[in-house]
Amino acid sequence: MKIAVCIKRVPDSEARVKVAGDGTSLDAAGVKFILNPYDEFAVEEALQRKEAAGTGEVTVIAVGPAASQETIRTALAMGADRGVLLQADAVPADGLAVARALAAELRDGGYDLILCGKMAIDDQSYQVGPMLAELLDLPCVTAVTKLELAAGTGTAEREVEGGVEVVEFPLPAVVTADKGLNEPRYPALKGIMAAKKKPLEVKPLAAGAAGVAVLGMTLPPERQEGKIVGEGAAAVPELVRLLREEAKVL
Amino acid sequence: MAPRFQGIDFYDADSLLSEEERAVRDTVRDWVEDELMPVIAEHYLAGKFPKELVPRMAELGFFGANLPEEYGCAGLNNVAYGLIMQELERGDSGVRSFASVQGALVMYPIYAFGSEDQKKTYLPRLASGELIGCFGLTEPDYGSNPGGMITVAKETKDGWVLNGAKMWITNGSTAQVAIVWAKTGAIDDVASIRGFIVPTDAKGFTAKDQKGKLSLRASDTSELVLEDVRVPKDALLPNSGGLKSPLMCLTQARYGIAWGAIGAAMACFDEAVSYAKNRVMFGKPIGGFQIQQVRLAEMLTEITKAQLLCVQLGRLKDNGTMTPQQVSLAKRNNVDMATECAREARRLLGANGILAEYQAMRHLANLESVYTYEGTHDVHSLILGQEITGLNAFGA
Repeated sequence: MKIAVCIKRVPDSEARVKVAGDGTSLDAAGVKFILNPYDEFAVEEALQRKEAAGTGEVTVIAVGPAASQETIRTALAMGADRGVLLQADAVPADGLAVARALAAELRDGGYDLILCGKMAIDDQSYQVGPMLAELLDLPCVTAVTKLELAAGTGTAEREVEGGVEVVEFPLPAVVTADKGLNEPRYPALKGIMAAKKKPLEVKPLAAGAAGVAVLGMTLPPERQEGKIVGEGAAAVPELVRLLREEAKVL
Repeated sequence: MAPRFQGIDFYDADSLLSEEERAVRDTVRDWVEDELMPVIAEHYLAGKFPKELVPRMAELGFFGANLPEEYGCAGLNNVAYGLIMQELERGDSGVRSFASVQGALVMYPIYAFGSEDQKKTYLPRLASGELIGCFGLTEPDYGSNPGGMITVAKETKDGWVLNGAKMWITNGSTAQVAIVWAKTGAIDDVASIRGFIVPTDAKGFTAKDQKGKLSLRASDTSELVLEDVRVPKDALLPNSGGLKSPLMCLTQARYGIAWGAIGAAMACFDEAVSYAKNRVMFGKPIGGFQIQQVRLAEMLTEITKAQLLCVQLGRLKDNGTMTPQQVSLAKRNNVDMATECAREARRLLGANGILAEYQAMRHLANLESVYTYEGTHDVHSLILGQEITGLNAFGA
């Protein structure tokens, strides 16, 4: 089983981010970067597939700056076999440009399965997985919480409004991972040491023309401090009055 | 839910670490957050070591992590090893003590003084957690003066017979294998001290849990009694010789303790900062009062100094130039500062600070043991005093 996993380096969900001087990107100084959590599910799923099959290869591929090598090595430390970085100064804001670059790299790889996270937690575009599938002319199942594979076919479960949808599809295919698919492993200390010796190929990103550009980025306004109008039943009339007249929600 | 622990790094000490060192730190930090923190308070109150966590700790490679891969270990450098200790003690000193003993006091002496056969037999099984070990040096009447030990090993025609008692032995009742130090010559012959690998199920070997501890409650501390314990010739660690051998082990363990104390201090500081920002008194968060700000400023200062100290100590150890006296300075300083941080955090938390629901008092109680074990604070003062003056202030 030959599996490719597309991963992205993103700011830690608990990091406090600032907008950089250019007004259109994040200031990376002092920010901890991590493997995108949804991609972590994808890596774990690939590793479990390979372990279940007893054979195969897991390749992780990222588009991003040189520092993304560290993110690739996190996946290698978890157990992936080799990494590819399509290096650029920054990840293009246009999901299609990223998908095109990944498609060019993966097209002739002979992969049985391509896994992605359902989205990156930084730009939350949900675009790259489906676009990649379209460019490769492969079926795509998004936001998968359960995956089963048999010879030449796969079955996936997706959480939809009010229930679970079961989807069947032929392989190869592109599957994007949602939370609940699995419990990602920690990179073991031996894995961290082994990752240094695994192949990691760095190529320049051949990005095509971008369809979208980021014009500006702003932090949300600071939340106003709340107001305590009183305690117990006596406070209710005043609370109702404020909700009606000031907050205008009643 | 409390936010995940992010570490304390005021001086960008992270930039002094390699990518691999940070990755190791993050794995241990995540494991502590997800698997140790949810259960530590209940184990502490129950006075029980969380033994069920050992297989996962082993699987992730926490035991003897700075020993070579050929023996089933992770082959990390000493800074990465220190970071493991730091993160484990961020959880609890008792759990860090377990890993310290397993790695620095059981696996290290087998690695340093053992035969190739002993290394191949024991190290992979200790790394995998299949075997748990303990280290018997301290005796009821010989703590700071281990050279006075009265445990003896007499050579017979097919092996050795050991007699004596050991006290304050971490993992003593849990272990399957004990590294026991004994005099093989006259009772005043310190040079005759040798190390032995003793299976704890040997006839005449008993371990008794030491009851009534108010500190390190999530750790097994036991008394060992050896009564005509017979072991084969190959139980002897062939390259051990004199008091220097167990002291070399203690240098390894103390090195880890110097790092571990930073973890406990960071846990207390982190908790204190969060409490100070959220606890409202006299109409504002208590963090807005000068007295609490002084507390927090002192804590952050001491933690930052200790971090920089340990990174450099680790680099010296990796270069092979670290001295035992440098380790004494770090153990002495860092455990003392961590104890102070825990005490000040406990006070900042007011009455809540005495609850097991918070961490500060558990760390404070633990650190009183850490202050005393592996060379008391005072003994390390004398080691430094001797280094400075050339004059020995120990004993008579």
